[in-house]
Amino acid sequence: MTATPAATPPGNPVPTPAESSSAPSSASWEDLVTTALLGTDRRPPASGAPGRPAPVALLDAAAVATVRRRAGLRPARAARRPERAPEDPRPALPAAAARRLATLLADRSGGTSGGRRGSSPDLMELLPQWLAAANTHGYAAPSHTLPALLDAARGRTDLRPAALAFAGPRALWLARLNPDWRFVLRAAPGGGSALPDAGDAEAVGRLWREGLFAERVALLGSLRSRTPALARDLLASTWAAERAEDRLMFLDSLRAGLSADDEPFLEQALGDRSRNVRTTAAELLSALPDSALAARMAVRAAACVALDRMGDAPVIVVEAPLECDSGMERDGVVAAPPAGRGERSWWLGQLAEAAPLGVWPERLGGRTAREIVALPVADDWQGELHAAWCRAAVRQGNAEWSRALLGSPSAPEAGGPGAVSLAERAKLLATLEPAERAGWVAGFIATHGLSEAFQLLGVCAVPWAPPLGRAVVDALNIARDAGSYPWSFSGVMGLAERCLDPVEATRLEALLAVPDEREDAAPGAGGYWAEAFQRLAVTLRLRAEMTAELGAAPPA
Amino acid sequence: MTEQGVRWTADQVLALAPDAASRKAGGRLGTAGPWSEAGSAEGTVWGLCKGSGSRPYRTVVDLAGADGAAYKCSCPSRKFPCKHALGLLLLWAGGDGSVPVSARPPDWAGQWLADRRRRAEGRRAQAEGGSAAGSADPEGARRRAERRAGRVTAGATELEQRLADLLRAGLAAAGQAGYGLWDETAARMVDAQAPGLAARVRELGAIPASGAGWPSRLLEECALLHLLDQGWLRRDLLPDALAATVRSRVGLPASADGAPVRDRWLVLAQYDTPDAKLTTRRIWLHGARSGHTRLLLSYGAAGRAPEQSLPVGLALDAELSGYPGAGRSRAALGERFAAPAPAAFRPPGMGTAEAVARYGEALRDDPWLESVPVTLDRVTPVPDGDVWQLADADTDSALPLSRAARSRPGLWRLVALSGGAPVKVFGECGHRGFTPLTAWPEGPGEAVALC
Repeated sequence: MTATPAATPPGNPVPTPAESSSAPSSASWEDLVTTALLGTDRRPPASGAPGRPAPVALLDAAAVATVRRRAGLRPARAARRPERAPEDPRPALPAAAARRLATLLADRSGGTSGGRRGSSPDLMELLPQWLAAANTHGYAAPSHTLPALLDAARGRTDLRPAALAFAGPRALWLARLNPDWRFVLRAAPGGGSALPDAGDAEAVGRLWREGLFAERVALLGSLRSRTPALARDLLASTWAAERAEDRLMFLDSLRAGLSADDEPFLEQALGDRSRNVRTTAAELLSALPDSALAARMAVRAAACVALDRMGDAPVIVVEAPLECDSGMERDGVVAAPPAGRGERSWWLGQLAEAAPLGVWPERLGGRTAREIVALPVADDWQGELHAAWCRAAVRQGNAEWSRALLGSPSAPEAGGPGAVSLAERAKLLATLEPAERAGWVAGFIATHGLSEAFQLLGVCAVPWAPPLGRAVVDALNIARDAGSYPWSFSGVMGLAERCLDPVEATRLEALLAVPDEREDAAPGAGGYWAEAFQRLAVTLRLRAEMTAELGAAPPA
Repeated sequence: MTEQGVRWTADQVLALAPDAASRKAGGRLGTAGPWSEAGSAEGTVWGLCKGSGSRPYRTVVDLAGADGAAYKCSCPSRKFPCKHALGLLLLWAGGDGSVPVSARPPDWAGQWLADRRRRAEGRRAQAEGGSAAGSADPEGARRRAERRAGRVTAGATELEQRLADLLRAGLAAAGQAGYGLWDETAARMVDAQAPGLAARVRELGAIPASGAGWPSRLLEECALLHLLDQGWLRRDLLPDALAATVRSRVGLPASADGAPVRDRWLVLAQYDTPDAKLTTRRIWLHGARSGHTRLLLSYGAAGRAPEQSLPVGLALDAELSGYPGAGRSRAALGERFAAPAPAAFRPPGMGTAEAVARYGEALRDDPWLESVPVTLDRVTPVPDGDVWQLADADTDSALPLSRAARSRPGLWRLVALSGGAPVKVFGECGHRGFTPLTAWPEGPGEAVALC
């Protein structure tokens, strides 16, 4: 709005000429303000009513002018209007689901309450699941919830992919207007600006040559996801001229859609000036079991590992490399070991890790992976060798070797640290099919209980398969009967709230009551357990409701 | 009574919460899990909530009471409504069959509801009988009013003197003096029983620190204060309506003695302005038939939400009585004829030029008016440097948003709702700019609260 006559209040920048002509005959507003600032003693007003003292006459005039200024306000000229947000073609959320989203987001803004959680569900923890489900149905986010959604995603990076997918094109439009949500532009392909079409070679080439680093990374990433070869060729065209840090970042983007076609380029990158670039190139090549590098590594690794048939039973003997030659270094082997490790075992580990696993059955008498893992290893090399095979199985995504290295979940050594740590087991499990993974973890929990299971549960598909869900509930039940407090299992409880299939809620009925206190149990534990199980049951029911709401037909 | 199927939305229920913690706790209890024996009938809802104790809490809510919603819960919380009442209402709002409509509440709920109804009847009867016997001592009341008027006159005269001194010495000196000078003067006005003058004086103290252009704003406010003093000192010469406006601006008590208007009142906006001593809640209502926009004011002690709460998007069939004073929209809620229920209608809107003109016209009746309530039709939020404006979709004019509106999260809800397309916006339009309070999308959709 614009004020009349001259002085405009802040925020009302455009003066309207139409009004300035109607300025009062007496002093202008600016004149009045100057007089008021200095005081009438120093600057007597130009005109004063007879019989009124100077300050009162000034106030009289200012009162008239103020009301006139306010009454004479005019609308301002409209600034350039923003482009309209792109249409979101997705259907609207069902009404009940929209209300649920409001509740989930409201829980977040409610601040954090410390202390015991009681028996009511933790709504914020359900938001990721709700978002995933809404995305599966392909609903559009209600536009007025976008700010809360973006604020939630801003605080929790793990929420971002699902939240931004749900928020849709309008969130991108909105984020350009608010610097707080800049992360949305970074997360969007192309940094929020439109990327040239892959077919438009000239535009792609221009952006690649002239774009900012972030734009170029985005361009490369998006090209790589659609036409991997084109992306690689683009990178090769300017490779020699790039800075070392940039080369590393660009090379890393080849990880997506890696194929044998990339080998020549990667092989050439093995001769790069930067060591980090060389190492990354070698790592990428070793993930391609048919590459020349993998073949060279296979030769090197096989030379170190042999089968000794001289004794009663066959034994694997290991002769670690004596030196790290320049060829090995060129293929990405790091010569200097970290503090506290012998350099020969360090080199062996790297060779066995990078060699394709397919080399071993041939080398070790035509045995299967399972048989090879079962073979004894001479001279304490077993830990080193098995650990390297684990890393190789994870890197090459080899389920057969993973299965062999994981062993039976109910084996007594599976519960302890053993040769394969829990973290490595979790990674190995990730290479298996979801059902097999769940079955293995269920077997593990049935034998070893929950105390070591948290990390393993984290890699299982949600909702948990029935055998896994049953194993977890049974193990919780056993833990309760053992008399410990439920918060020793709060991690698993929290996971169960989010991951247990809601149909399992019926199995919890018997656990909801407060059991009689036993003598050997921790005091009051029974009540806390009942509370924890109630929260579990309530959360499961809530998740079932959430799913049902999202499944309901959207309003016509 | 309303049809029984009409339920509130979760947002509307959450708007009843006295604070954020209750909102959160209530949200967690809004699932079928802990509840049993829940039911609803004619604007009342009840249920048993399993807590940590052995006996469930008995929660009853009466939304249809003549004097607003009431809550009863056997839990020890002293918040109203407590988290159980909020959770129960959320469950009811969810409408998934967990709170079925039933013919009769169970005894533990029915008794309280019946008592309430009976007490309300009793009060109404008393009020009708009592109005005749009301002012038992008209002579005494007149003397008290005269005494108070005398004090206010003394206060206004003193204030005039101080303003004159201020202008004689110059505002530049006042800018350096800080709050102390004004606080002392405000205290004198409180002694003079003129709270309206005291509040204005206190606000003067903040202006010198309010950034560029403060001398202009300080002169404006001093001049309007002077105008109010003069209005009071010569109130006998003013037309009746303007004199009433002056009396209420000075801070003299008045009662809502306007003729009651029965209408379907749509709740346009509800927002609180916290203060060191007092939380003021403003509720804007729009009459479907009368077309009037009216303001309900209620107060709560500092840090506590005022009890009256009407969620945006509901409409209530009730009587409103206006307060005296020309061109002012304040009213008091009289009898309610039904529980508030969701309503789909929207207030009619206007363009930006008309909105500004309406403010100008309203100043004729009340020159101290800061803003008028208006609904803008087809406006788009547009960024203009670091300021935002609402631009007409079809003309070239726009209203800048007020400074207060720029820093609120509601601004982003408005921008997101619009997505660059025109929306309907209700808000307050005044000399500081436009403060949006509620918005509706152009197509179908519920009202979105922005405050």
